[in-house]
Amino acid sequence: MTPAPALLMLADGASFPGQAVGTRGEASGEVVFNTSQTGYQEIMTDPSYTGQLINFTFPHIGNYGVNQEDNEAPAPRAAGLICAELSQDLGHWRSQKSLDNWLAEHHISGLSGVDTRALTLHLRQHGSQNGCFSARDLNPASLLEKAQAVPSMAGLNLAERAGCREPYQFAEGPPRTVAVLDFGVKRSILAQLAQADFSVKVWPGDTPAAVILESGAAGVFLTNGPGDPAPCVTAVATVRALLGRLPFFGICLGHQILALALGGSTYKLPFGHRGANHPVRDLATGRISVTSQNHGFCVSPEGLPEGAVITHLNANDQTVEGLAAPSWHAFSVQYHPEASPGPHDARYLFDDFRALIDRFPVARTGK
Amino acid sequence: MPKDPSLKKIMLLGSGPIIIGQACEFDYSGTQACRALREEGCEIILMNSNPATVMTDPALSERTYLEPMTPKVAAEIIRLERPDAVLPTFGGQTALNLALALAEEGVLAEYGVRLIGAEAEVIRRAEDREVFRRLMSSLGLYMAASQAVRSYEEAAGFVGRIRFPVVVRPSFTLGGTGGGIAYNLAELKEAVERGLNASPAGEALVEESLLGWKEIELELVRDRAGNAVVICGIENLDPMGIHTGDSITVAPIQTLSDGEYQALRDQAIAIVGAVGVETGGCNIQFALDPKTGRQAVIEMNPRVSRSSALASKATGFPIARVAAKLALGYNLDEIPNSITRQSCAAFEPALDYCVVKAPRFDFEKFPGSEPTLGFQMKSVGETMALGRTFREALQKSLRGLETGQSGFTERPARPGEKFPPLVSRLRTPGPYRVFFLKEAMRKGYSTEKLAELTAIDPWFLHQMRLIYEQEQQISEALGPLFTDQAPQPGPAEMARWRRFKAEGFSDRQIAYLLHRDLADDRITEEAVRARRLLAGARPTFRAVDTCAGEFEAYTPYFYSTYQGLPEAGEVLPPTGRKKIMILGGGPNRIGQGVEFDYCCVQAALALREAGFETIMVNSNPETVSTDYDLADRLYFEPLTVEDILAVCEAEKPHGLIVQCGGQTPLNLSLALQKAGVPIIGTSPEDIFRAEDRGAFNKLAASLGIRQPEGRQAANVESACRIAQEVGYPVMARPDFVLGGRAMRIVHDEEDLRRYWDEALSASSDGTVFIDRFLEDAVEIDVDALCDGQEVMVAGIMEHVESAGIHSGDSASCIFHHNLTGSQVERVKRHTRDLALALNTRGLINVQYAVQRDQVYLLEANPRASRTVPFVAKATGWPLARLAALVMTGVPLGDLPPKPRPKRDYNAVKEVVLPFDRFPGCRLELGAEMRSTGEVMGLADSYGQAFIKSQLAAGLDIPRQGGVLLSICDHDKIKLTAPARVLAGLGYRLYATSGTRRQLLEAGLECELVNKMDGPRPNLIDCISDGHIQMAVNTIAGQGSARDGQAIRAETMKRRIPTITTMSALTALVEGLEQWEERPPVAALQDYYAV
Repeated sequence: MTPAPALLMLADGASFPGQAVGTRGEASGEVVFNTSQTGYQEIMTDPSYTGQLINFTFPHIGNYGVNQEDNEAPAPRAAGLICAELSQDLGHWRSQKSLDNWLAEHHISGLSGVDTRALTLHLRQHGSQNGCFSARDLNPASLLEKAQAVPSMAGLNLAERAGCREPYQFAEGPPRTVAVLDFGVKRSILAQLAQADFSVKVWPGDTPAAVILESGAAGVFLTNGPGDPAPCVTAVATVRALLGRLPFFGICLGHQILALALGGSTYKLPFGHRGANHPVRDLATGRISVTSQNHGFCVSPEGLPEGAVITHLNANDQTVEGLAAPSWHAFSVQYHPEASPGPHDARYLFDDFRALIDRFPVARTGK
Repeated sequence: MPKDPSLKKIMLLGSGPIIIGQACEFDYSGTQACRALREEGCEIILMNSNPATVMTDPALSERTYLEPMTPKVAAEIIRLERPDAVLPTFGGQTALNLALALAEEGVLAEYGVRLIGAEAEVIRRAEDREVFRRLMSSLGLYMAASQAVRSYEEAAGFVGRIRFPVVVRPSFTLGGTGGGIAYNLAELKEAVERGLNASPAGEALVEESLLGWKEIELELVRDRAGNAVVICGIENLDPMGIHTGDSITVAPIQTLSDGEYQALRDQAIAIVGAVGVETGGCNIQFALDPKTGRQAVIEMNPRVSRSSALASKATGFPIARVAAKLALGYNLDEIPNSITRQSCAAFEPALDYCVVKAPRFDFEKFPGSEPTLGFQMKSVGETMALGRTFREALQKSLRGLETGQSGFTERPARPGEKFPPLVSRLRTPGPYRVFFLKEAMRKGYSTEKLAELTAIDPWFLHQMRLIYEQEQQISEALGPLFTDQAPQPGPAEMARWRRFKAEGFSDRQIAYLLHRDLADDRITEEAVRARRLLAGARPTFRAVDTCAGEFEAYTPYFYSTYQGLPEAGEVLPPTGRKKIMILGGGPNRIGQGVEFDYCCVQAALALREAGFETIMVNSNPETVSTDYDLADRLYFEPLTVEDILAVCEAEKPHGLIVQCGGQTPLNLSLALQKAGVPIIGTSPEDIFRAEDRGAFNKLAASLGIRQPEGRQAANVESACRIAQEVGYPVMARPDFVLGGRAMRIVHDEEDLRRYWDEALSASSDGTVFIDRFLEDAVEIDVDALCDGQEVMVAGIMEHVESAGIHSGDSASCIFHHNLTGSQVERVKRHTRDLALALNTRGLINVQYAVQRDQVYLLEANPRASRTVPFVAKATGWPLARLAALVMTGVPLGDLPPKPRPKRDYNAVKEVVLPFDRFPGCRLELGAEMRSTGEVMGLADSYGQAFIKSQLAAGLDIPRQGGVLLSICDHDKIKLTAPARVLAGLGYRLYATSGTRRQLLEAGLECELVNKMDGPRPNLIDCISDGHIQMAVNTIAGQGSARDGQAIRAETMKRRIPTITTMSALTALVEGLEQWEERPPVAALQDYYAV
């Protein structure tokens, strides 16, 4: 197929030409960059990227094709893919189809041949931007209008709609069950919880506290998810109602929701953290974990209530990466210990969660 | 954890001479360590026998010991200096082995010295393959089935239980020396014996073969708190079975999924922890079955390595610098990332470009040895290139090799070269396989077929095919631009150019294709460039920032690309300071190595200090010059006219220095000058006037300097005529060659006719110079500085070997001379006259031969020479730095004078030869240079300095035992005196009948050995039975050369020191007489004021 020209416009008027791949249509959303060198499939299927156009800084994307096992959700969740070069060829032993075909099958548009470094530097200098790319509409003025029409991520409640609509059982067997409040969970988080010897039951993000309590869960897990945590008031209220009554572990958006429930606040980072190389310092041990991250919002270190402590900081920009509220039996991290993609340095946190549940006074679980 | 305050005085071990498998990457890491330790206020005691290195510059450490890297000498330095700790992880295997010996012999305990970076236990766990294998098995990690053996029988027994092929690797060796693959019992026997011989522990490992698996390396850094980060993953394009040093490698890893990569990362971190690497850099190699994803651990090095130098340059993360700080006790998160200033060293670099390293080979210097690749490393250098895609980086790296290939091109057989069929060239890896892939694509081989034949991942093959397919379209797309109806250049044309340039095609490649397809002689590289520039197609320069653009980068380290937006370049704005650009030497090769990098680095440092904005351009990842903070700006680019001109256009330097980087920049200088680049220092015309034999002879004659008679020959008949006139033996020298390529002493007409084709193919202008060979002459090397008005001689070196042996291959001494005062005066006067006549601005090197009180001029080169660092270290006069200042117009009179020596001393340079890597090659020295590295011996007396140079070169000079004297007739007259001393020192002498008779007549005892063609046991049996601990063998060249070759092959195999000239024997004997049990050691700072 001859490459069809396509064009990306950012809301500030900057434009980046490329060629259409995937569905060869049009896509709009917040344009973010990810610096991971592997794991494009996991990233594209991560529900936290809902509504975003992902600019991959790694130049060759698609090198090892796509397979069943690496999905974080059954289908891609990002709004679109932007890359410098899409590999068309297959050679990898696990590959089932090319990334290009996979995108097309799932009606995801992509833009290849982009100067992704120039785009990244632009986002770094001017902050995150909304944008629109299209193979159908190459008129800069009309694309700019579309880019500017994309609603701002700040204040956008995407999470409460990103998770499951009906509860379901992910893993069964082990005596203790973790109730997962789903804001767009990655499959590998559930897999890690199961790995930590839990039965795993996944609940829609707006499930009332009473239902969770009645379910007999031994602990609550707050998942990752897209968008701004601040408008997720239902979820925050649910967590507030359950705090102290069940042990909590939150990741990414779940961490932010926990912070909000504790009385803290969140803010938007200039261009977010997205990649697989972010160093995080555990303040208790001084140890560094290299972590996988994907977040545009962040917990503010100010305004946390007494009893909630900052446990982890980003070793690069000193932003908050972890919280603990021991008296409420809750802890959370901004980064992704389940990795996928990324380093496995922080997987021990799932065992920490099990230990927290083990220590939790059974009498207070209500059963 | 902050810095350990008890570590104030650190003894840093270097890696000794450059050998295959251990090259100037350790100068890079050692120099970085020196600078990092200095920053922390440590006092540095440096030990390294290699004078060509940057790290042995006496200004870099408090105490600089250019001494043999032996435990005895190291112990003596420790006794004198009492360091707090020894840091052995920056000097390759040599330093680790030395540290282990110091620990095992109790030296460290005796003086209360700690080993930092890696403890003895850690080194043992990583290096002893059997111990390492048990450790891996305890971690649940897979390693190929293997067994340590001490005999062939043991090996055969083991192989009976597994299957061929198997791999044999000796324990405790460098670059896999002595390793090999065996497909049958006969090959197993040969490989095991070679392995046992090569292993200092007499132990080898026989291992299940993982041939054809993918090979992956991870570079890690770990701190005391247990934090470990992976700096870079490197994927070998060539599969398992080819030494990683000989493979084309790619960073980051391209063909592994996240799951596979993270599994390797997990294993790597577990291994580092289990081996117990407390602090510093290390590297782990894995194999991966491409059909199942099964992973296996190959090996780990608990130290920085060639790969970590590559990883540092590929990512911008300074591994050695960080490792040095970690050794002092810091944790990773306490060390700032000097590139971003915002982030810390505890992170993993993210790349937004692709890096390709390509190895450089010099097989043509070792005829008789098979040009095939395997487990034993054969490459002598490497080049690295960065591009936004693999294809761009691959093409840049291949043209950066400087082997005449302008990119991913075909490599047809050259005159006199015979290639096997294409299929075998693809199946059996050799130095040109990547170019044969191109030929195969043209001949219609499918990617699947190529993957099957080569075991190269189809992803890479597909990428190469994309290059091939683009190439097919060049003539159609660009050809019309070179016709008479060519349109006016415009924006559409620029896009057309950029499309092909983004695939990495060089102007030269494009010119070749257009010229071929359009048959138009006007289409030259220059014409292509001119048209491209008219169309406005220029590369952009992008920064290497460790973080894929996430943070702002402060380090000016750039590469060029045609990918992406033309306006997105990141070149720094001018600072107002005058810019001087220095061209480096490109990939190391025999004849052009670390010496020239030393000169480039010294020039950069001097000019930076003098207030210039310095710009370095080089393509060799092993070097100090490509350390990103050495110059003000670093461009990592192939050294071709096109690539340099692009940098010049972006930077607009006020001056360009071409005389420091060896032959590479000189070869570019005329074209650069023609394109308007301001070259400073001696002009290219004058440099080439000295290389052009005809013009040079006229000049010498006009100055009244005598030269050996001779003339240029353009065909074999005229060569024979000239040889007849001047009389045999003659020296034949192809013009414009490096390291005496194909240069040879020819003894008769038959010899000359046989050799003619080789000489002609090496010559770049189709002529060969034939001149009279001066037998038994003393050869002299002079390095001097000239500012156009005045000349200062920096050093006069006398070769130990007589004239005829390439100056790069002979030992030489400074200060100690057999020359008369009048001869020295003449040498100085000629040097002065030549320097002025050649309008020298900077360095000049002149070579002479002195025969029967006649001083003959051999050659003069107004540029940095291989001996510059040796002279600088021996005299304390930093002539490379001073030369750079002279090039900017500083008169000699304004420069600091030579330092006054603090005592009388001697300095001897000795060379190291790579013959053990090239089985079957000629083992005698000749007019073509083949050494890879050098060492220096410093001592008060000449004899002691000579002995030290031999020890430093790795000769284990015995204090007793048998000495075999195998002397050619010509030398016999000089034998009696040294033999008498040897006998007096208690050595047993062995000789063949003629020599023995002479010694008996002189009243010396001597055992008889039979010649090779005599009855057995003959002299080879005598050596292999262990009677001989040292050999003197001057039989070479004519006549009984076969005996000489056999003796040297046998002694090399058994690591028996072998002396090959009478002058070396005389020097050695003098040293033996003065031997002291406690070796006298001294730092450079004891010899002269620094």
